[in-house]
Amino acid sequence: MDVVELARWQFGITTVYHFLMVPLTIGMAVLVAGMQTAWVRTGNPKYLRMTKFWGKVLLVNFAMGVVTGIVQEFQFGMAWSEYSRFVGDVFGAPLAMEGLVAFFVESTFLGLWIFGWDRLPQRVHLACAWAFSLASMASAYFILAANSWMQHPVGVTLVAGKPRLTSIWAVLGNNTALVAIPHTVTGCFAVAGTFLVGIGAWHLWRKRDAGDEDRPVWRASVKLGGWVGLVAFAGLSITGDMQGKLMFEQQPMKMAAAEALCHTEQPASFSIFAVGDVGRADCESVKSITVPALLSFLAHNDFSTEVRGVDDLVQQYRDRYGANYPVDDRLGELSGKPIDYVPNLPVTYWGFRLMIGFGALAALGAAAVLWFTRGSRIPRSKWFPRLALLGIATPFLANSFGWIFTEMGRQPFVVVPNPTGVDGVWMFTAQGVSGLTTGEVWTSLITLTLVYGLLAVVEVFLLTRYVRAGVPGVMPPDPTDDKPADQLAFAY
Amino acid sequence: MELADVWFCVIALLWLGYLFLEGFDFGVGMALPILADSEAERRVMINTIGPVWDGNEVWLLVAGGATFAAFPGWYAGLFSAAYLPLLLFVVALIGRGVAFEYRGKVDSDRWRRTWDRIITTASWIATLGVGLVLSWNVLGLPLDQHGNRVGLPFAAIKWETVLGALAIAGFAFVHGLVFIALKTDGPLRERARRLALRVAPVALVPLAALLLVVQFRSGSGWTWAPLVLVLVAAAVALWRLAAVREGQAFAALGVAVAASVVTLFGSLYPDVLPSTVDSSFSLTVAATASSHYTLQVMSWVALFGTPAVLVYQGWTYWVFRRRIATHHLPPVHVP
Ligand code: HDD
Ligand code: HEM
Ligand code: HEM
Repeated sequence: MDVVELARWQFGITTVYHFLMVPLTIGMAVLVAGMQTAWVRTGNPKYLRMTKFWGKVLLVNFAMGVVTGIVQEFQFGMAWSEYSRFVGDVFGAPLAMEGLVAFFVESTFLGLWIFGWDRLPQRVHLACAWAFSLASMASAYFILAANSWMQHPVGVTLVAGKPRLTSIWAVLGNNTALVAIPHTVTGCFAVAGTFLVGIGAWHLWRKRDAGDEDRPVWRASVKLGGWVGLVAFAGLSITGDMQGKLMFEQQPMKMAAAEALCHTEQPASFSIFAVGDVGRADCESVKSITVPALLSFLAHNDFSTEVRGVDDLVQQYRDRYGANYPVDDRLGELSGKPIDYVPNLPVTYWGFRLMIGFGALAALGAAAVLWFTRGSRIPRSKWFPRLALLGIATPFLANSFGWIFTEMGRQPFVVVPNPTGVDGVWMFTAQGVSGLTTGEVWTSLITLTLVYGLLAVVEVFLLTRYVRAGVPGVMPPDPTDDKPADQLAFAY
Repeated sequence: MELADVWFCVIALLWLGYLFLEGFDFGVGMALPILADSEAERRVMINTIGPVWDGNEVWLLVAGGATFAAFPGWYAGLFSAAYLPLLLFVVALIGRGVAFEYRGKVDSDRWRRTWDRIITTASWIATLGVGLVLSWNVLGLPLDQHGNRVGLPFAAIKWETVLGALAIAGFAFVHGLVFIALKTDGPLRERARRLALRVAPVALVPLAALLLVVQFRSGSGWTWAPLVLVLVAAAVALWRLAAVREGQAFAALGVAVAASVVTLFGSLYPDVLPSTVDSSFSLTVAATASSHYTLQVMSWVALFGTPAVLVYQGWTYWVFRRRIATHHLPPVHVP
């Protein structure tokens, strides 16, 4: 493998991994702040117990989100230095803002929240939880604005071959970002909601006969999580549909790739499932179950819109963005070679379907658990907790596939040309990498993958312990026990 | 002064915040096995930095982000050229971050010992790494006309950069000890103070040596002033420490690190990343800066953002101002 491929694998592995922690942190932070608010307002100890338990889960996960995020921040300069030089005038700003406006608040107020239980007045302590949750959403906003600029560059002119920022408001208000952000953030709530449902259901079931003083805690968690999950899925469908329409205008090739649509169709049908190799060039060998005209509607709110297929688009892309890579030593083998404008079709086609499919599965699961536990019911089947726990994985998978689809669907570009934007503002992925030796990138790829693998084991181990132990594992042994006055309420 | 020069100063300031703040939490990790006599004392040490270490680390992230935004070529050139040292550094940060959070989450000596080892090793590696990369940056890297490294990954390591690594590690070690003396009570406090007094005369030598090397290589006349201030402040720190005035000693070390950063970045200017291959390949403040508009945007953000950060981070230190000792720790309670 050459440096480009290695660096892509590395970026893909490390971001997808980072984005396993991210949605749980974002979603759970808000839910925990909400639980704490309920406690402060009602004084009901059930809410305190929920706050403590889910807060602990949040912390175990947060640490991993932080350390994997640092890798991302460094990676642009380390492995993608040509890319960084090209986009620096635009792309660095949201990244720096994320640090200054979001990460500082996030890390500082989380520290205050963890250690401040007995040091801060109740309401100030609660405000810290909200500051932390809102800051984690702010970080999502800035990083997604940066990412959306790569999908749809706006607010720039071309000076000396590089984009130069002309309006930060255009970048922060990019329509691509304005739909990607709600889509991604609702995806985070889908994750957190399902988490509450899965674990709450398991606890309910485990002590279905024995009296459990924490039954109200688990019941409230399941209810909260279930509804959050359902609403999130509705939000995902709406925002996802809006994204589809933008994608049709802004990245027609990605749209065609999402459907593995070879030839232009009018009206275009939406493929639900395909049998055969969708990556094959001829397309005729693929059998697909389709809904007539649905794709036309998804693309443009109109059942008769023409949707262009890969074959036609390739010609159009060649005309606009060149048929061959420039002759440049730094491109290695690709120098002067024809450009392949078609993304990896099996990945985009299946990625898109798996995103929606797993998301739907999560929503179905949430609805089922809500139904089976309605009133004061608790199902007795041993399949109930198993499926509920398994369901936790579904929104994580949907999120990962969503990203994989979005990022691989924009290949071979790292900065995708904006069809209505300034000409010349785009960059091929192969041009973006640093001039490193393959040995260096192999080293980092292997090191990071191993470290991440190890950490995954540790995180899952810890989460499992805490989840099993339930609320008593995180509450002080006996609240009536007098502790010495100067003892800390919380310490590592 | 051009906006680009302002941003050069802002980045120096971010480095200063980083070295000052994370300097002591690195130091606490470095001194963990040497200073603590018992599990309780190790817990005390870790809890002195518990609420703040992540906030301290963000100074580096913002320094990196600001460099990316204000001087993309600097960010790209330095980070790609120093690829493997930075990888090692990042892995060390991963280990430390996870270790702080996870070490107390299982009640087992073996578990804690493993994480303790990670904290200590990672803290040493991270400080050595920061020192290496910072001194590399100041003394110059073998860059070609595109700002890319020529030669193999470690070809640029010289004795001066090794000195730089030791300089930051030595400083962080002392800084951490003084911080422990400032934030704890009981025997631990006294031991930290004594150890700091004993090691500082040796541990701070590489820093002084690095500054002199840099001064003779590329310093200007005026950078002698901060350099002398570093030496004076370090002496004051020791003097106050001997008088059991840990707060004053800590502040004096702060002055020393501030003056060190001024010397280093003052000598670097007007370059941001000198090339050792040919001085005409060096990246300069003026040529590497982003457009005026981008810098303006960033300036507005920094103008409102930075004071806010200082206020609420300052407030955190105020909230957790109390010294802690072993008897303050709650019993271990984990599943
Ligand atoms: C949609 C949201 C989102 C996305 C797409 C990303 N992140 Fe992230 N990141 C977060 C949302 C987030 C967060 C919720 O704010 C985290 C996760 C858990 C946490 O601790 O904060 C975080 C942590 C985090 C940190 C540590 C902050 C700290 O020390 O407190 C850094 C440096 C980054 N991220 C950087 C990145 C980069 C460079 C990304 C692009 C590839 C990226 N993140 C993708
Ligand atoms: C601001 C946020 C992000 C930026 C700036 C960004 C940027 C990049 C860059 C530079 C690459 C390498 C070039 C390439 O192969 O396309 C890449 C690849 C990739 N990114 Fe992102 N990314 C972001 C967020 C994410 C997130 C959150 C995920 C998912 C968790 C993700 C998933 C991927 C994947 C899977 C690849 C590999 C694509 C491939 O190999 O073809 N990205 N991204
Ligand atoms: C009916 C349901 C959905 C539709 C129509 C939909 C549509 C889309 C589209 C069109 C994109 C690509 C945007 C682009 O690249 O321009 C996307 C991306 C994405 N989707 Fe979905 N989606 C749906 C459900 C979900 C679910 C259930 C999740 C996760 C729980 C999810 C998570 C993501 C993520 C993380 C991305 C990448 C980030 C982004 O571009 O916003 N999606 N989705």
